[in-house]
Amino acid sequence: MIDPIFLVEAAVNGVLLGGILALLALGLNLIFGVIDIVWIVYVDLVMVCMYAIYFAHVHGWPFWLAALGAVGLGALLGIAVHVLVISPILGSPPINQLLATGGLLFFIQSFATFLWTTDHRSVRFALPTFEVGGIFLPATRLIPFGISILAMLALYLFLTRTFAGTAIRAVAQDREAMALMGANPRRVYVTTSAVGGLMAGLAGALLVFQYSVHPFFGGQFGPLTFMICVLGGLGNMVGAFVASFIMSEIISIAGVLWSTEMGYVIAFVVFIVVMFIRPGGILARPE
Amino acid sequence: MLEVRSVTAGYGAFTALWDVSLSVAAGEAVAVVGPNGAGKTTLLRVLSGLLPARAGHLSLDGISLTGRPAHEVVGHGIAHVPEGRRIFPALTVADNLRMGAYLPAARRRFAESLAGVYALFPVLAERRRQRAGSLSGGEQQMLAIGRALMSRPKLILLDEPSMGLAPVMVLRLFDLIRRVRGEGYTILVVEQNVRQVLKIVDRAYLLEVGRIKREGRAAELAEDEFVRKSYVGL
Amino acid sequence: MTGIAAPDRRPAGPGTAPRALVAAAGAALLVLPLLLTGGLGQYALHVLIQIFVWAFIGQAWSLMGRFGLVSLGHGAFLGLGAYTDALLWNFFGLTPWLGAAAAVALTGVFAAVVAYPCSRFRVVGHYFALVTLAVGEVVRLLIIAERDWTGGSLGLTLRPARTDGLVALQFADKRVFYYGALALWAGGLWVWRRLDRSMARAAMEAIGEDETAAASVGIHVTRFKIGVTVLSATLTALGGVAYAQYITYVNPETLAGIGVSLRIVFAVVLGGMYALLGPTVGTALTIALSESLRIAFGLRFIGMAETIYGLLLVLFIIFLPAGIYGGLARLLARRPAAVAPAVQG
Repeated sequence: MIDPIFLVEAAVNGVLLGGILALLALGLNLIFGVIDIVWIVYVDLVMVCMYAIYFAHVHGWPFWLAALGAVGLGALLGIAVHVLVISPILGSPPINQLLATGGLLFFIQSFATFLWTTDHRSVRFALPTFEVGGIFLPATRLIPFGISILAMLALYLFLTRTFAGTAIRAVAQDREAMALMGANPRRVYVTTSAVGGLMAGLAGALLVFQYSVHPFFGGQFGPLTFMICVLGGLGNMVGAFVASFIMSEIISIAGVLWSTEMGYVIAFVVFIVVMFIRPGGILARPE
Repeated sequence: MLEVRSVTAGYGAFTALWDVSLSVAAGEAVAVVGPNGAGKTTLLRVLSGLLPARAGHLSLDGISLTGRPAHEVVGHGIAHVPEGRRIFPALTVADNLRMGAYLPAARRRFAESLAGVYALFPVLAERRRQRAGSLSGGEQQMLAIGRALMSRPKLILLDEPSMGLAPVMVLRLFDLIRRVRGEGYTILVVEQNVRQVLKIVDRAYLLEVGRIKREGRAAELAEDEFVRKSYVGL
Repeated sequence: MTGIAAPDRRPAGPGTAPRALVAAAGAALLVLPLLLTGGLGQYALHVLIQIFVWAFIGQAWSLMGRFGLVSLGHGAFLGLGAYTDALLWNFFGLTPWLGAAAAVALTGVFAAVVAYPCSRFRVVGHYFALVTLAVGEVVRLLIIAERDWTGGSLGLTLRPARTDGLVALQFADKRVFYYGALALWAGGLWVWRRLDRSMARAAMEAIGEDETAAASVGIHVTRFKIGVTVLSATLTALGGVAYAQYITYVNPETLAGIGVSLRIVFAVVLGGMYALLGPTVGTALTIALSESLRIAFGLRFIGMAETIYGLLLVLFIIFLPAGIYGGLARLLARRPAAVAPAVQG
């Protein structure tokens, strides 16, 4: 039998992982909620931002500056994706839209392979590890978690307290009604894409603390992110938040009990099963 | 103020409006009545820019609005209260009203508009922090109208405001519309409830199968044989 | 969710082409290996075999895709088929003929198990695509996790048979594989044709348009959906077996997971999902593209082929949603005196 301390540690790690997954899921969900399209390519945008940080770091940039750059790059990428790829196919059947972002995924992954090869690149951080009651908590996990929580708080305030944020929520609920208020749908979409991209950039900045980047990084976190979103109910922000931690806990604990891959397998199987029980997600979208 | 000339519009292969013309003068209250499927909602969607007309022209105070998209039309002063209310259910009452003042010009006078709406609809003030989706049908209708008022429009389009409301609410609603009109707003209301609506408007048009069959002063139309034959309750 | 480009109701493709043309093409394909000699010929055969096998797989996918059941997880069926065949051969020496039967049976059951709840609980559209994506990933990860007997990410090489031949389905002569692949591909076309002309097609299209309406006229929605899914899955598994036998090496990245699943979908979309030869054209183009890029640029430009591929895909979805073949077929099908209903603007 496994020493319970490892289980506790896994549970804690699950929470720490969940923070970043939640950030990814919220960004994806925001875009889906407003524009009604799943960006399969989303996590690959994260990958590009991670490369940006890596190269900035290699060129001697201080980390905080590189991170800021990544966030800005993310926003730009978000806008670019919307304007160049999504906008022309807004009226197309959903499957076309899914495939278009899938094609983009292919393009970005392959281009990254071409430019930077499949070598893993990582940024080294000399940060301490804390020990709390027998559990080891590296700062490389604590800091990203803390920042992700702050970011989500900021997002929450943005969406509920600001005019632009409320408008985004309104468009997600009724696009046509919002047009009747004078909101140019195109403008709202671009803003939403920028915010979604911004979050991808931030997620990238947080992920470099623990993970090395390579062109197929999206394969690692992409499917997981989609599943979290669907599990929480596509478009449902609170659902995505909750689902992120559920999945991260399953992955973490099962990963310690069996193997890392089995952790993912079990998480995915849980996802499939829940889909059958509650196809709309555990907290299905309000109306 | 509003000029609609020979508008034809429809969906796909189906034409819902044929050569429809009407006008609304400033300060007037005009009704468009007719049975289900007559094209009343289509008419309002064309007026507010949600649906492009296939032929014809529309203008407000001389400015052409033909073919303009919805978010531009509202900027010219037409506020559309859609069929079924279409309030934002997950937003609070206050946020719904805030969204009504999306336009920059409206946003500048937000506080003033809000006070006016709360004065007109005190129940909205009471429930300002409540989730709009939890309001009753009548309250939601008031919210929808209040939201439209927030954009400080010249012309308000009301699409079937009495639909789905209990008879008591319907009476209160039409009374409220009368009061809104009394504040100086120009109103174009589309309704199936012919009897009630003719009591509160100046003129009316009868729309059937996409064409204007009758028009005239409200009192005249209420007496009209054709109208009386077709609509029970007159 | 009828997607890509909603087609005209008529089936497009060589069904309407003159018999002579089809016969001539068939004859040409049969004779081809005799003309392909030498090292270059061997290479050409290799490419052609891949085209036939992947076209067959794409065809199998399109059986579902054309009715709105867009699966992003066909890698699951492909991997299950290939690995079942490979593992049974490596561990038990079971002839691939029986191995294929086992692969088909296993994949069929698996597909039914996944399809039934999907259908019963109305998992459609986005959700269906993402569930299938999850399924594909589950299979890939399972293969990697059970590395002790599957070989994990390093893959598995098929044990060389002591004697080449039909029993082991291993041949030194590529031409045998060529004819096998050709037969497989032709079989796939036949199945597609049969389905296209059957009552099932009308039923599936009705389901694709409006499930509730279809059910209300007595169409057994669940049965049809599961049926089509199982058919598509088992054929895909067969394709996986064929691939495994030819390449004699299986690997979870090439045969399962989101990567290969997307590649299958893209090839079909490129060629046109609703036309008989659509998947073939799309597959031929994508393989031709990657091969020519590999030749032109060699290993220096790894990734460039797929980059262009991905870019083309996006451009196609935006500008030519019916795919190349589908688009052409529609163009050719439009005769001058045709009474096409004018689409009201």
